[in-house]
Amino acid sequence: MNGSATSVLAAPSVVDSRLSRQRVHQRLGVEGLLIRLLITLFAVWLGAFLVLPLLQVLLRSLQSKTGEFVGLANYVAYFATPAISRALGNSLYVSIVSMVVTVGLALVYAYALVRTTMPGRGILRTLAMLPIFAPSLMQALAFIYIFGNNGIFTRLTGINIRLYGSTGIIMSEVFYAFPHVLIVLITAFSLADARLYEAAQALGASSRRIFFTVTLPSIRYGLISAAFVAFTLAITDFGAPKVVGGDYDVLATDIYNKVIGQQDFGMGATISVLLLIPAVLAFIIDRIVQRRQVAQVTASSTPLGPKRHGRVTQAVFFAYCLLIVGFILSVYGVVLVGAFAKNWPYDFSFTLKHFDFYSMGGYKVLWNSLQMATITALIGTILVFCSAYLVEKTKVWAQGRSVVYLLSIMPLAIPGTVLGLAYIFSFNDPRSPINFLYGTMGILVLSTIVHYYTVPYLTATTALKQIDPEFEAIGASLDAPFYRTFWRVTVPMALPAIISIAMYFFLNAMVTISAAVFLFVPGKELAALAVMLLDDSGESAQAMAMSSLIISIGLGARVVFYLLTRGIERRSQAWTRR
Amino acid sequence: MNSNRKLVAMMLCLALIAIVVACAPAPTTAPTAAAPKPTEAPKPTAPPAAAKQTLVVYTAKEPDEIKDYLEIAKKELPDLELEVLRLSTGDLTARLLAEKNNPRADVIWGTAATSMIIFENQGMLEPYAPKGVESILPTFKSPKSPPTWVGVDAYETAFCFNTDVAKKQNLPKPTSWADLTKPVYKGQIVMPNPASSGTGYMFVSSVLQGLGKDKGWAFLDELDKNMAQYTKSGSKPCKLAGTGEFAVGISFGFVGLGLKKGGAPLELIWPTEGAGFEVEANALVKGTKKVDAAKKFLDWAIGDSAMKAYAKYFAIMAKGGFPPPEGYPTDIAAKLFKMDHQWSSDNRDAVLKEWTTRYSAKAEK
Amino acid sequence: MSSKESYLRIVHITKTFGTFVALNDVSLTVNEGELVCILGPSGCGKTTLLRIIAGLEEQNVGEIYQSGKDISRLPPRQRDFGIVFQSYALFPNLTAAENIAYGLENRRVPKEKIRARVAELLTLVGLPNSGPKFPSQLSGGEQQRIALARALAVSPGLLLLDEPLSALDARVRVALRLEIKRLQRHVGVTTIFVTHDQEEALVLADRIVVLNRGRIEQVGTPEEIYRSPATTFVADFVGLMNFLPGRAGDRPDRVYCDRLELRCADLHRLAPDTPVTLAIRPEDVRVSHIDPSAPNLVRGRVRETEFLGSFYRVTLTLDGVETARLIAEVSTNEIRDQSICPGMTLPVSLPPDLLRVYPEFARVSQ
Repeated sequence: MNGSATSVLAAPSVVDSRLSRQRVHQRLGVEGLLIRLLITLFAVWLGAFLVLPLLQVLLRSLQSKTGEFVGLANYVAYFATPAISRALGNSLYVSIVSMVVTVGLALVYAYALVRTTMPGRGILRTLAMLPIFAPSLMQALAFIYIFGNNGIFTRLTGINIRLYGSTGIIMSEVFYAFPHVLIVLITAFSLADARLYEAAQALGASSRRIFFTVTLPSIRYGLISAAFVAFTLAITDFGAPKVVGGDYDVLATDIYNKVIGQQDFGMGATISVLLLIPAVLAFIIDRIVQRRQVAQVTASSTPLGPKRHGRVTQAVFFAYCLLIVGFILSVYGVVLVGAFAKNWPYDFSFTLKHFDFYSMGGYKVLWNSLQMATITALIGTILVFCSAYLVEKTKVWAQGRSVVYLLSIMPLAIPGTVLGLAYIFSFNDPRSPINFLYGTMGILVLSTIVHYYTVPYLTATTALKQIDPEFEAIGASLDAPFYRTFWRVTVPMALPAIISIAMYFFLNAMVTISAAVFLFVPGKELAALAVMLLDDSGESAQAMAMSSLIISIGLGARVVFYLLTRGIERRSQAWTRR
Repeated sequence: MNSNRKLVAMMLCLALIAIVVACAPAPTTAPTAAAPKPTEAPKPTAPPAAAKQTLVVYTAKEPDEIKDYLEIAKKELPDLELEVLRLSTGDLTARLLAEKNNPRADVIWGTAATSMIIFENQGMLEPYAPKGVESILPTFKSPKSPPTWVGVDAYETAFCFNTDVAKKQNLPKPTSWADLTKPVYKGQIVMPNPASSGTGYMFVSSVLQGLGKDKGWAFLDELDKNMAQYTKSGSKPCKLAGTGEFAVGISFGFVGLGLKKGGAPLELIWPTEGAGFEVEANALVKGTKKVDAAKKFLDWAIGDSAMKAYAKYFAIMAKGGFPPPEGYPTDIAAKLFKMDHQWSSDNRDAVLKEWTTRYSAKAEK
Repeated sequence: MSSKESYLRIVHITKTFGTFVALNDVSLTVNEGELVCILGPSGCGKTTLLRIIAGLEEQNVGEIYQSGKDISRLPPRQRDFGIVFQSYALFPNLTAAENIAYGLENRRVPKEKIRARVAELLTLVGLPNSGPKFPSQLSGGEQQRIALARALAVSPGLLLLDEPLSALDARVRVALRLEIKRLQRHVGVTTIFVTHDQEEALVLADRIVVLNRGRIEQVGTPEEIYRSPATTFVADFVGLMNFLPGRAGDRPDRVYCDRLELRCADLHRLAPDTPVTLAIRPEDVRVSHIDPSAPNLVRGRVRETEFLGSFYRVTLTLDGVETARLIAEVSTNEIRDQSICPGMTLPVSLPPDLLRVYPEFARVSQ
């Protein structure tokens, strides 16, 4: 039904307006009921583990330490103490600076990867992804070893960059957010329409002019998305400020200090709400922009491939990428050296003693993490894919489906620390019906699934959209219940997406600390938490040893997932290749 | 189609295996997690008939010590499964206070007497006289009978001084509290946050007791000017000094000796005004359902083998007859500041509040 | 077809999407074994009608009866139909045979019977050896045959085809539409075939339903639709048509076109001078072998000729008609015989029995 048809029609349509409000509703049948039930279950699940806990945070922020309703008194108290409320400004400052720096660095990198023909683009792309495999506080630890008062760089050059404070936080956030932003920008560059460039070139525009008049505008939505990703990661991150923050307060660590250090839940909740505001705002802006972007990419646009640039330009890009990758690798190198050196920085002889992890109960924490990540990947993938399927592919109950959709994209705006605190409020209350989950692996799994729900959900939705929308109709006409077509057709077809969802959950579960830091109990420490706890007690070598193990597991998992995908592709080649 | 179905099945199997494997008991030498279900297979080392009882132990002892102690505990308390939560003294205290109405710990082990007095006042401790309590020196246990808490050892303030950094930056060796306020140390000193660390509070408390409130706070103000960071844990300042990240770490004695042995260019200094000290004590948590197991653990925790193990780390013991660890001066007792632990406990809230308003900005996050 | 029972009855169906009216009070009866084509331009509501019959959309008002049973409120799975889409919608991860067997498996048909039925259907659609192939290994035409076989496998009471040939090349399309007709006759299944291609509809249909802007314009056999289009829309949409503005004359068999008076067999009952639209198909405009006494004889001037292979399309202006041009289709032989070329004048005849009169202004798309 295109626009022109509608406009021609406007005049003679003489349907009684009452009719358009009527509808002959189909009988639900067993399947319709089942679908409604499932949609309800998903809505209830997300309501119980996302909305209610967050409401608790809001409620607690209005209560005193002893639980009386005090209105906005906590907020007043917060802003009345400049030493404390400074954190809000600090958070915004480091997040905005990290955002600008990350997007700037990644923009050039992404351009070099997508648009130039420089050598080694594949490996440069892979190496740039490395920071994804590490917990966010690892690079901060490594930065201390490199740029700290007694770091290698400092000692070699005699330049002390004054790492502790905003400098260290910004550096760590940039390092941490770089691959995430890079992915978004690579996609944006790849989606740009080649025909525009051809037109600009035909008109004789210089390459600089093309960059500013065509390239930048065409990736503007991607840029905004990338900025959102960088900003959100920075403002919600908890690991880096904790390690290199020095006397520089930010919101995410403040929540932790108030709650874990001082057990002041009311103030923790208050700061959480303050942290939620910028995160949610950024999220809303991004959603609006995303909606526009869909309209921008038309079916007729031609994707743009790499293009040969001038020799010098190409060399500059190549050198730039090498520089960045070199930096990433040297950070990883420092972690490895730190993990294996007997007594950094005085005795570099090889030792395995830092891999003892006696204070963490040996390898139990890794085991816990592995277990948690596996269960998270399994359950998370099933939940995400099934809910995306119900929303995307079933026809009944549009309102119910849109509620599930909305709840599914919400977690992206919720900082992990806030979620963790929200879960304490919801679970650590003996009156709560789900109190039994507190202190179990279950709550860690749940919080991780909810925390990382949105990105896999959108991945699943995209994958499902690419599957012929008529399959369900065909299935119904052939008397197949929806779940049969789901299992026999939809799932096999979406298998690559399903695997990448599982991988996303697994990798994030391996490195997450922000929510888990509130929820772990003795015996349930995770490896990434152990890195933090080890650093807390000054065991940086052990923290690095643990980090390197986490990275190894992440890389190992990546390889396993890669092989799985390859296997599936080979098996499905029969039906994907002509 | 068939091959695809197989593939899906294979993946599910893999996932299932992963879960089963993940849920199986972990091969570990240290305290293990409680199995998710009570019906899980028994641990390989457990005697087949006796089900192990799980005991939740909260402690503020240092991780490296805990490892040693637990090895002994494992041998001597084979039917106990110890789940140990290690937090710094301040965090542990806050956590125990927060869990007051719904306690998760069964016993508190090796935690500052100052905190124990607070718990006692809150009615959180169940008096219990462990076997052999009579041999513990009176100043190391609560005066009540049966005692609410029983100390085992004490740690004392020491400065860790990195001689390598000192040489490079031309820093003199500080020998007293007063030395630390000299401008030459600006940005070179790290100490533990008293709000989270027992070591930190011990130092602040000794300063306030030694100099009196007004002079004490004035001194701390001066010290704050030189302070680079207030760390969460009590041992971290010394470890930071050990890597040369900062020149001076206000910490406690044993951690410095250990680092020195490991090759760090450190010198240990007990301040001339006197080193503050803090007793580490054990107690039974009121309301625990595992009273027998908890008592068994508390008995063990002041028993000879445990004390001998503590003595490898501590120069000041609650019982006589243990030689100080290697590297300690033999006259350590003479270097101690005469602490009033009741004062420390009574004033803890007020001091920490004051401290937080004055200096919390530099506190490690 | 009148001897057959009515199989599907669609009663007063209305469907709106927001303010857009997709179907406006549509009623239709389809007889058992009949092949009905729903023909209309894109956006006319034909696919919506098909989807409502299948239960894939919910109508605002109206009922549907299939063999006497009210199915208006049944979900798709409880209705009895097979469906084929333009996109084929074959399950790409299943082989052709597995696709065909899909519906049979759902009905728990024993395995041997499934195998036999699949083989039978593969033969029926002319692809006996394609069973183990995956859809991606088949051509578009072959895929659509498999899709047809899959829809027919469960012997549905009603076969719904939604533009099944639109994605195929012209040649394949022509071959496959004959195939579909043959299959439909063979199986005898009542079929609704949605298309925007008038040629397809004319070739295939027992009856054609012309849909425009959510309303039925005309229902009739292909001949009726072509020869006696009920409205200018149908006249315009099906085949080529010349439209001339005109006025009603004072007698029912007289109309005026500009200064020209014409006789028509299609009697009007309009007051004199009422504006009308006159319509005549290009192949009905005569330029040769004209009886000089024939009615409606006019002098015309050749403006353009277009060579289209077996015939020429000749654009004419008529004496006494300033406002319109007329297109005539003239066989290549006649052009040669009369050496017709642009600029020449010649007699043109508009046979009264082939001239149609519509009491409205045509909105002509040409």
